[in-house]
Amino acid sequence: MLTLKCPYCGVDAEETELHAEGEAHLKRFGPGSSDDDFESYLFMRENPKGVHFERWRHQSGCGKFFHAARCTMTLQVFGTYPAQTLEPPQDIKDKISATYPGWSWREFQ
Amino acid sequence: MSTRLASGGRLLNKGKQVHFSFNGKQLTGFEGDTLASALLANDQMMIGRSFKYHRPRGIVASGAEEPNALFNMGEGGKFEPNQRATTTELFNGLSCASQNHWPSLEFDIGAINNHMTRFFPAGFYYKTFMFPAFAWKHVFEPIVRQSAGLGKAPKDRDVDTYEHFYAYVDVVIIGGGVAGLQAAKAAGASGAKVILMEQTPHWGGRAPVDGGDVDGMPVEDYITTLINDLKQMPNVTMRNRMMGAGVYDHGYVLGYERVTDHTPLENGPRHRLWRIRTKQIVTATGAIERPLSFAGNDIPGVMLASAVRDYVVDYGVSIGDRTVVVTNNDDAYRTAIALKKAGLEVPVVLDARASGGGALAEEAKALGIRVENGKGIAKVKGGKRVTGVAICAQAGEGSVLEEIKCDAVAMSGGWSPVVHLWSHCGGKLIWDDAQAHFRPDATRPPKGADGEGFVIPAGIANGPLDLPAVLADAHAAGLAAVKAIGMTSDVTAPVAEEKPEAAMEPVWLMPQGAGPKLRIKTWLDYQNDVKVSDVRLAAQEGYESVEHTKRYTTLGMATDQGKLSNINGLATLAGQLNAPIPAVGTTTFRPPYTPISFGAIAGEARDEVFQPLRRTPISGWHADNNAFDEPVGQWRRPYCYPQNGESHADAVKREINQTRTSVGLLDASTLGKIIVKGPDAGKFMDMMYTNMMSTLKPGKCRYGLMCNENGFLMDDGVVARIDEDTFLCHTTTGGAERIHGWMEDWLQCEWWDWKVYTANVTEQYAQIAVVGPNARKVIEKLGGDMDVSKEALAFMEWKDGKIGDFDARAYRISFSGELSYEIAVPASQGRAFWDALLEAGAEFGIMPYGTEGLHVMRAEKGFIMIGDETDGTVIPQDLNLNWAISKKKEDFLGKRAQLRDHMASADRWKLVGLETLDGSVIPDGSYIPADGNNANGQRNVQGRVTSTYYSPTLDRGIAMALVHNGLDRMGDVIECNTVSGTMIKAKIVDPVFYDKEGEKQNV
Amino acid sequence: MSNVVSALAGVSHAGFAKIEETGLNGMITVRGDLGSSEMAAAVKAATGASVPAIRKIAAGDKGRVAWMSPDELLVIVAYDDVADTMAALNDGLSGVHALVANVSDARAVFRISGDNTREVLAKVSPVDLSSEAFGAGDFRRSRIAQVAAAFWMNDDNSFEVVCFRSVAQYVFDVLRVSSDKGGEVGFFS
Repeated sequence: MLTLKCPYCGVDAEETELHAEGEAHLKRFGPGSSDDDFESYLFMRENPKGVHFERWRHQSGCGKFFHAARCTMTLQVFGTYPAQTLEPPQDIKDKISATYPGWSWREFQ
Repeated sequence: MSTRLASGGRLLNKGKQVHFSFNGKQLTGFEGDTLASALLANDQMMIGRSFKYHRPRGIVASGAEEPNALFNMGEGGKFEPNQRATTTELFNGLSCASQNHWPSLEFDIGAINNHMTRFFPAGFYYKTFMFPAFAWKHVFEPIVRQSAGLGKAPKDRDVDTYEHFYAYVDVVIIGGGVAGLQAAKAAGASGAKVILMEQTPHWGGRAPVDGGDVDGMPVEDYITTLINDLKQMPNVTMRNRMMGAGVYDHGYVLGYERVTDHTPLENGPRHRLWRIRTKQIVTATGAIERPLSFAGNDIPGVMLASAVRDYVVDYGVSIGDRTVVVTNNDDAYRTAIALKKAGLEVPVVLDARASGGGALAEEAKALGIRVENGKGIAKVKGGKRVTGVAICAQAGEGSVLEEIKCDAVAMSGGWSPVVHLWSHCGGKLIWDDAQAHFRPDATRPPKGADGEGFVIPAGIANGPLDLPAVLADAHAAGLAAVKAIGMTSDVTAPVAEEKPEAAMEPVWLMPQGAGPKLRIKTWLDYQNDVKVSDVRLAAQEGYESVEHTKRYTTLGMATDQGKLSNINGLATLAGQLNAPIPAVGTTTFRPPYTPISFGAIAGEARDEVFQPLRRTPISGWHADNNAFDEPVGQWRRPYCYPQNGESHADAVKREINQTRTSVGLLDASTLGKIIVKGPDAGKFMDMMYTNMMSTLKPGKCRYGLMCNENGFLMDDGVVARIDEDTFLCHTTTGGAERIHGWMEDWLQCEWWDWKVYTANVTEQYAQIAVVGPNARKVIEKLGGDMDVSKEALAFMEWKDGKIGDFDARAYRISFSGELSYEIAVPASQGRAFWDALLEAGAEFGIMPYGTEGLHVMRAEKGFIMIGDETDGTVIPQDLNLNWAISKKKEDFLGKRAQLRDHMASADRWKLVGLETLDGSVIPDGSYIPADGNNANGQRNVQGRVTSTYYSPTLDRGIAMALVHNGLDRMGDVIECNTVSGTMIKAKIVDPVFYDKEGEKQNV
Repeated sequence: MSNVVSALAGVSHAGFAKIEETGLNGMITVRGDLGSSEMAAAVKAATGASVPAIRKIAAGDKGRVAWMSPDELLVIVAYDDVADTMAALNDGLSGVHALVANVSDARAVFRISGDNTREVLAKVSPVDLSSEAFGAGDFRRSRIAQVAAAFWMNDDNSFEVVCFRSVAQYVFDVLRVSSDKGGEVGFFS
């Protein structure tokens, strides 16, 4: 029963207001892309024990999609941030580094 | 015998008698009694039979840890099994019955199991009933069902109500004993918002029973001042009869409040489940006394020493005239002293410690109580009641030194902190050698969203057992809780009088060298009938993990989850494995702390609010006109409208014939309607749909397909272009919210620079399909300014205007193949518009048709239905919908996936029609087997039926199916399977069965 | 028009608080740049109110405006004024990218008034409804039991709850059960 702050409406929303939407920062591959790239986009997902970046939707709330950085093991939340970005904000990356020095997730570290 | 004493009973209101019944016997108690204390006051020591051996069992404890005193409580709609007598407040009219015996508590046939003890060893269920296979169903199961289990299942509907309550606070303190009260005062003085909850009706816990002085006054008075202080704090909420049921991630706490269990005639919910979010939690959950393991320790009359004391002090009930106390620690002397002071006999205190006790022992001796050090109980004598004990040296093997007559035994094996709530969310434990118990390891608390600990154990629940240390620890816990949230409190800690005690000594078996004959009568777990011999056997058979041993022996299972047996069982296992106890570890503590009602979990969600049902503006008419509803998501849509007792099949046939020959009405309000607007709306629509939507002209409609990125068809519907910037997208009935979310997902997370807004306006409109050759005549009869002629409103066009008095938007679209108008009016006018259409259409015999008529008519036309022809693995190409997939567009959602090898393969199953040779209807879900078997020995399959109906129009069975190479096999005859195993022959045909040229809809 | 009916035709229930359907309201979804001068002017012209702050509802002489999301407002006016209000909004937003949609008929509105109004909602909505956290003029989108809903608080401690019309009966029943006599909690001071 997580609580995540919606970065759009500022509500500390409990999980029953939210809907999990899978992995964050996927890059879409469309027509013209290689089979490998497309397969990776469609099917390959991170499944870390530790730092993870996820998409959530404030479904029973303002309806916006947002991103969350959290630890799948301890459920520590490093921060939430709007979805209109290609990478996690630096302050959240710094917060993760403070807890897990040397962490990496896909291309981010 | 157990009886009510003339004096004592600090929790009783002796001025008020309470009448109740037990196994049909009418008994009386006092206001303030628990059911357990009232039964004991009536000499009802034996209260049930044990689970496996049907041995007589008595009350062992005075609180939530009680394993035996479980009752079938109440009658009819208030019946509930497995209710604990020790936590049930007595009320007038309470009726209860003991469990697990037949035919009666006093004479029980199952008790023969007791004489077959050696045939029911650990793992009995795993070792028996294996062969022969048929015997399980016909012999073993019926017998086991009759003889096993605790209470009966309720038969009647629960008449009580339940609810949830969401609360948001800074600090939750679980446990309203002296520690919880002290922690609440320390925390509350900071101004933080605090909830203090206590599972019993009383504040102060057992401190008033155990005694001591705080700040120069008796602890009972100190508790009164604490309660008064807390009541003055507006930021502190005190709730008793509320148990901390569970601690979960991110500071989520469940509080289980028993609102009217003790006043069943009052209004209001029976239970309320508090769903609390808090920043910090203090667990002041106290400790539970452990039994001692000696032969016959389950005979009625053997009780925890603290419980014996509670019953005397709190309820004025003596468990026996002569009580032998047996202990490995000083605390049990308090019981001996309390009994003596109440005028009862304590023939002897058996102290297993060779060196004996401390100051409390001296106090007991001064009262004239005989104390024997280094001694224990070899065996308790008696059957349905204790009659005496045989004394032995604790260090020996059980040679009887002396027999003493008594009618009660008070035992104490030391105290174990209640670490459950600390542990629920991952708090770790450490083993305390001095007290021989697990206690919270404060350096490894459960951690919250910020990565910091959010649970603080307090008082005895944290390990310290003496009053000064308990108060100091609880005070510190309260301060720590508010400090953790950045607040401060300046309350000073109380000072309690020190009363040093001699160290306890762990005793895991009494006497320590007890042989097999004693061990087989030495109980660890009363509720599950697990003995020392069972755990030893499990260890011998190779069970080393405590979790496995639990399941194998059933130690610590069922309703009490080992509250009494856990540590003793672990120690026995560890002893047998020659391992230290902390190395064996504990089983996992999971919520809830004690069982909570299903009603509380369900909350308000029952009866009419069990789940939301969505209704259209016309639902009232449907209900009034005998509609038979079917669920479509949360909507209830009429399947058909049977008239004059006709069958559903006949009703569907009538509705279709009427519509095909004249005119019918369909309530299509449930179809999703989403506005897509903006300068980039056309570009966005081209991505969402496989079709080219950007070229659609305002005023026109187009049928469109939506795929996910896997290429699979996920929704379909008609798109209307409203103006240059605006589209209105129809979705399937179940799809409106999902598709709206899907659009928003892409707009918010992928193309956030595109200028497009969406709005879900599904429920703004009541939408009614007027369908059939006479549809136009009906609409024209209503008048208004809208010209609905073929010329003014052609097929696949839409128009705004007035139909009659109604603000209408009419779409010339057809899902039936007939002349059809789908007309949207504002929802608040929907019912009136429906009524107006019925009236205008009366002369044409107009009647509504339901979803089954809709399905049959679309299938006659070969139109697909999302969810029938699609199942999440079907691409539009499989359904021969290539015409709706743009070849000009560079990209749309699903396009890349549809280019993958196996998607583009010619080998895919394709949609075809099926006509049965004999005209019969193929069953739903039928497969089309092929010759031979696959590698797994399963029959090969070459297709499956996706839709199958009786067609009234054609008077025969029709179906659609996905068939391997289907399009190349027109005219072939295939076979469809049925549940009964027979096969139905069907010919592969074009899926459009009716009006192939589409003349009827385009008139 | 006499043919116009709200979802539950003004049903009410007297528990420890009173629950009543308020009848039809004019409701308009407005999406656009909430920070733009065009939006401010359009909202002012349509309702007399300013664009509300995050999670607030603002009142003007012609109606109220609620903050729904960073790019969405809900304009609430008298049912009969919807056409005029729509026109004013469309007028004011004519030059900019925006969406104005009439959703008056897609909604049902309930008023919770009387004693312990906060408790009625706190039983069915995962929202901090203490007076420190939620007061007059606050607006919140959340859920009521199992369905989406929004509510705000008025100066007289009454709440108004907006839900979809199709689940009006469900929401009314949930609020009715939630306000049943004997179910007072006594948590909010």
